Amino acid sequence: MTAVRPGQPHDCVVIAHGGGGELMGRLIREHLLPPLRNERLAALTDGAVMPWSGGDVVFTTDSYVVTPLEFPGGDIGRLAVAGTVNDLAVMGAEPVALSLGLILEEGLPLETLDRIVASLAATAREAGVEIATGDTKVVERRTGSTALPPGMFINTAGIGRLRPGVQLGLQRVAPGDVILVNGRIAEHGLAIMSVRSGIEFASKLRSDAAPLNGLIARLFESGADIKFLRDATRGGLAGVLADILETSGLTIEIDEPSVPLSATARHAAEWLGLDPLTVANEGKIVIVVAQRDAPRVLAACHAHPLGEDAAVIGHVVERHPALVELITRAGGRRIVQRPYGEELPRIC
Amino acid sequence: MCLAVPGRVIARDGDEAVVDLQGNQLRVSTVLTPEADVGSWVLIHAGFALTQLDEREARQTWDYLRQVLADAPPEDDPHPAGSKPQAAGP
Amino acid sequence: MNAGIELARDELQALCRRANRRIQLMEVCGTHTVALFRAGVRSLLPENLRLVSGPGCPVCVTAQRHIDAAIELATHPNVILATYGDMLRVPGRRGSLEKLRAEGAQVRVVGSTRVALDLARSQPTQTVVFLGVGFETTAPATGAAVLEAHRDGIENFCVLMCHKLVVPAMAALLDAGDVPLDGFLAPGHVSVIIGAAAYRPLVARYRKPVVIAGFEPEQMLNGLVALVRQVLDNRPAVENAYPGVVSDAGNRVALDLLQRVFVIADAPWRELGIIPHSGLELAPPFARYDALRKFDVQLGEDENHPLCRCGEVICGKLEPCDCPAFATACTPLAPIGPCMVSSEGTCAAWFKYGRVDAAHHLGEERS
Repeated sequence: MTAVRPGQPHDCVVIAHGGGGELMGRLIREHLLPPLRNERLAALTDGAVMPWSGGDVVFTTDSYVVTPLEFPGGDIGRLAVAGTVNDLAVMGAEPVALSLGLILEEGLPLETLDRIVASLAATAREAGVEIATGDTKVVERRTGSTALPPGMFINTAGIGRLRPGVQLGLQRVAPGDVILVNGRIAEHGLAIMSVRSGIEFASKLRSDAAPLNGLIARLFESGADIKFLRDATRGGLAGVLADILETSGLTIEIDEPSVPLSATARHAAEWLGLDPLTVANEGKIVIVVAQRDAPRVLAACHAHPLGEDAAVIGHVVERHPALVELITRAGGRRIVQRPYGEELPRIC
Repeated sequence: MCLAVPGRVIARDGDEAVVDLQGNQLRVSTVLTPEADVGSWVLIHAGFALTQLDEREARQTWDYLRQVLADAPPEDDPHPAGSKPQAAGP
Repeated sequence: MNAGIELARDELQALCRRANRRIQLMEVCGTHTVALFRAGVRSLLPENLRLVSGPGCPVCVTAQRHIDAAIELATHPNVILATYGDMLRVPGRRGSLEKLRAEGAQVRVVGSTRVALDLARSQPTQTVVFLGVGFETTAPATGAAVLEAHRDGIENFCVLMCHKLVVPAMAALLDAGDVPLDGFLAPGHVSVIIGAAAYRPLVARYRKPVVIAGFEPEQMLNGLVALVRQVLDNRPAVENAYPGVVSDAGNRVALDLLQRVFVIADAPWRELGIIPHSGLELAPPFARYDALRKFDVQLGEDENHPLCRCGEVICGKLEPCDCPAFATACTPLAPIGPCMVSSEGTCAAWFKYGRVDAAHHLGEERS
């Protein structure tokens, strides 16, 4: 596949694409700049000069290593934009620009790269952020016991402008506060697992990967006093609830039937032996507000396409010892904990 | 010791069947349930249909089969993504 | 709470009040252990009803010598060790399969023996060793794979046989007699294969109630109601509280398959030692699919951690929270014993869903 026939352009990434020569120039000019379409990037300077006027900057970074690169509902490009945009947005910032670091494995089909960069560019437009600067490297094919197809890694860093007057923090969480989530959980993780398991398991579940800055802007505009926001990615809803517990020292009661979960996701989780609360999301946020603001937040969510299924799922109470407690469908109680690591499908 | 879930056979080919679990599809072996056919309800464990079930019984037994199907995710994807490959760039 | 659950809970409360003494029941199956916790059913039980967990988690009862053998096999060149995800983290003498995989060994997690067999078909230069764990529910899948390999002449597939039988383990517990038990909540999905009738000799001999139940909250509660009623009436019998799923005779096709491919043998159980007639080995016509034989690997001895008391937990003698290592030296992040490894292990279930102290411990560990 990597052989080059005279007169034929490459159909996959080769080490020389990372060599800083003509081939690299072509990769950037032909495969990266056109879909990303912006002047700052097209200047190909060593860094981007961003206009800025006062206020606080929020600055974040995240790396994306998902396998497979493409999955129902998204791909690594969409994740790389949505994930970093969401990290800025839950900090109370309006995302402004991202950097894009691509690490490509030799052998990666250029067709795949094109699709991913197109998706990345589309997601950036959806979120209204600019890819202001970038870098590309090529690494040798990974070898070893797991025969994976050639892949890629992406790092994006992002800067955003902190909304004036916004005060978010776990120290503001108080007894009586209400916990909401903006929609159905567990669909990203389950969709990925269905693709990884090959032909044995297919699912109509799709990743929920999406930039949430638009939705979050509506929340702030609703006038509600938002106390805390966090995206429930790896570790799932359980991970964020554990964060709230550990920092606030307050008990959290979650009502299991109120947690949005589709029949398809619930059934898939039952089959895989997984607790949906611990399965990853890429387009879900946990919102903590004072009780009186909950209707406003819920209405703002419901008015946005990414918050249609939003629900109040629980509340904060003063009770010791502090725990995350789930009131189950059966009417019983149990503890919710952060998962230990990668949750494996089980048969037993 | 043994997770098993109920589902409905939607296709059958030799010793194999495709079983639908409310929008999830499993490919399973039917060597232990040779009489299962399209439309049958079966109990699945580790890639095998363990036994046939009566549909009404299954719906009464498993709480999650009672959840309305209307809440299943939409078929159309509002966002362009990898599953719908698009040509990009020149 | 739905009406059925409420009804069952109230009935259970009323029966236990009538009993006016402590009733101790064993849920044999690890999936019941987890389902009871996960649905919060334990929090609905009357105070004088105590549920102890039994030897029904394959991860917990697999002898260390079998894990050691799996690790030895996986270090052979050109061997792919295929295993259910459940077994990946179980500690053997030389670490776990997860650690071995990180060191470069070919360890593949599969959800079915069918995937393991396909792996053998697609990689003819490698030998696929399947780690055959589980009870009667899971054993037919292994048997079917062996038969298919035999039929299609697939010679690069074999099984490390660790399959176990449930009823002999229940009998061994009652023979040992050191755990006072009033009855058994019997495993629903094992019973799909073996049938309700399989428990009758046990009940006749030991006069203990056996009730087969499903895994939904209402079914588990109804199973407990049936058990307590039998205890009060002192009329022990096998009762099928999972009708429509479990039959009296079991799955004849599956039982025939088991009988054809396997023979019953004495088997080592983690911490419990050898239990007579409690395991499965390959029958002579299929002996060449035996991984130990194929690679000439000898089973060693178990050498368990001095702090580990999983053996007592497995047979209900010890509650996890009464084990000195529980949530201190032994946690899911650094498990000493198999009961803390398996997500359906009794200790892991207690740690994850049940224990107040445990939640605090995890919090401290992370901060």
